[in-house]
Amino acid sequence: MDWIYIIVLIVKCIIITLGATTIFAYFTLFERKTLARMQNRIGPNRAGYIPLPGGRKLLNGFLQPVAEAGKLFFKEDVVPLMADKWVYILAPAFAVIPAIIIWATLPLGWWPGPWQDNWLQVADIDVGVLYILAVTSLGVYGLAIAGWSSNSKYSMLGGVRASAQVISYELALGLAVLGVVMQAQSFRTSEIVAAQQGMWNIIPQILGFVIFLVASTAEVVRSPFDLVEAEQELVGGYNTEFGSMKFALFFMTEYIKLVAMNAVCAMLFLGGWTFPGLEIGGVVATGLNGALGQMFGQAVFGIITLVVFLLKTFALSFFAVWIRATIPRTRYDQLMDLGWKVLLPLALVNIAIIAVTNVAFPDNTLAVAGVGFVAGIIVLAVVTSQTKSSKPKSQVTLVRKTS
Amino acid sequence: MIGAFVKGLSTTFKYLFRKPVTVQYPEVKRPVRERFRGRHELKRFENGMERCIGCALCAAACPADAILVVPAENDPQKPNSPGERYAARYEINMLRCIFCGYCEDACPTNAIVLEHQYELSFFERGSSIYTKDMLLIPADKGHGEIPPILQQLDRRPSPPAQIDL
Ligand code: SF4
Ligand code: SF4
Repeated sequence: MDWIYIIVLIVKCIIITLGATTIFAYFTLFERKTLARMQNRIGPNRAGYIPLPGGRKLLNGFLQPVAEAGKLFFKEDVVPLMADKWVYILAPAFAVIPAIIIWATLPLGWWPGPWQDNWLQVADIDVGVLYILAVTSLGVYGLAIAGWSSNSKYSMLGGVRASAQVISYELALGLAVLGVVMQAQSFRTSEIVAAQQGMWNIIPQILGFVIFLVASTAEVVRSPFDLVEAEQELVGGYNTEFGSMKFALFFMTEYIKLVAMNAVCAMLFLGGWTFPGLEIGGVVATGLNGALGQMFGQAVFGIITLVVFLLKTFALSFFAVWIRATIPRTRYDQLMDLGWKVLLPLALVNIAIIAVTNVAFPDNTLAVAGVGFVAGIIVLAVVTSQTKSSKPKSQVTLVRKTS
Repeated sequence: MIGAFVKGLSTTFKYLFRKPVTVQYPEVKRPVRERFRGRHELKRFENGMERCIGCALCAAACPADAILVVPAENDPQKPNSPGERYAARYEINMLRCIFCGYCEDACPTNAIVLEHQYELSFFERGSSIYTKDMLLIPADKGHGEIPPILQQLDRRPSPPAQIDL
């Protein structure tokens, strides 16, 4: 390990951090625009545009995140009088750092580097998945500390609520990931991606995928599980007392974590950077290497895989925005019910299915996939048919007659 | 449950391709309703004379105490308004005004009218005082006619004491 390696590593870290924060900024814009269109509005369209002939504007509003960041930096930074000052100031950092370092073990593509490593991955460690789970759990400290340190009862309650929610969904999330780990027989993220080159995990583990999607949505306190910010009951939530950039950091956490979780989901269930035809040593890779030479071929292949990975993440992020536009916020008891009484047992069932299929059909991807898929769909169908949907309004007796 | 879920998702997805209904405010201004109460204006008679006769009934009626009227005698040779007096000073404190329209109701000559202008922001507290110069409209514009809605209903405006000389 020479010093150039260290420098490359540092540069990679800086790029990832900057990338994550930029993605956050533009994801908020994308979300606002999409939500607006789904609600028959236009969304931010004032700050910045590329003028086109005929008075048309391209990409209008694309400087909105920049304007907002500028505004937030110049806002007055108030610290409540009785707050625990240092903890209060550190809380946003506690929240945002885990969100950014999740990206460290994610393989964003495949571009082999000179040290038997991957240019598009910061750290290919043996316990990559475990690291991701551990770091996502760390985020709860930020919320709890923020709620506690601002010395406001509302924030305190918000923080407690947030911690309860995040911790409740951790188990289901961990079990859903465990399924993938069992099938790939490795905690190493690059090996999990490599194991999916024949078949993406979404097919044999459709149940696990659904569980992961729901649990990760709750884990990153995203609508419809965004009870952490409850304007009606808690005046805002754990971040009530925070202003200016400190407040923005909490939002940053939420969004970076959301995108990171989508990236993790793409890696675990949608085959990461792979795509039919795109494999290490596959047709495209060898073709590129042959046509452009080893170095350039690998670079082009790396960029293609990076784009594929980002597209998958983007698709999942779009889905998250879509869900936000569609489903109203759940009640707190519903949230807890779903987490403990539905998702956790389902995740255990999922583990059982994966264990049985993998032991029953060793080294037979198609059989594992077929049986896993059918079993998953059956379980999902049974569970969803068990949930009672509320009565149509026409059938509800609003006033009971008294005889 | 899945059915309802898919239905909801498809509904929101459909809207993604619809034309937004938003009005692009600073460029496009949607006309307000006829009865909208915006910024005040002091009207004139058709011959160009001020309608306001400085009676200060509006100031008396104002629940927010926003109006100041200082009347003065008219010069008989060159009267500002019909009758003996006119408003030498007429000020409305827009920080106080609650746009209730009582001043409009109280005015015997229909001089003060809450019109449709609603862009009223300013940067200094001092700018909140609207003086007579700002309120009084040019002689060729607007004479405090009966609003179209009342014309349609064939009703006299309240206050019925409108004098048209
Ligand atoms: S609208 Fe109401 S508050 Fe405003 S000046 Fe007239 S009477 Fe006073
Ligand atoms: S505006 Fe009307 S009520 Fe007020 S002083 Fe003038 S005439 Fe009198």
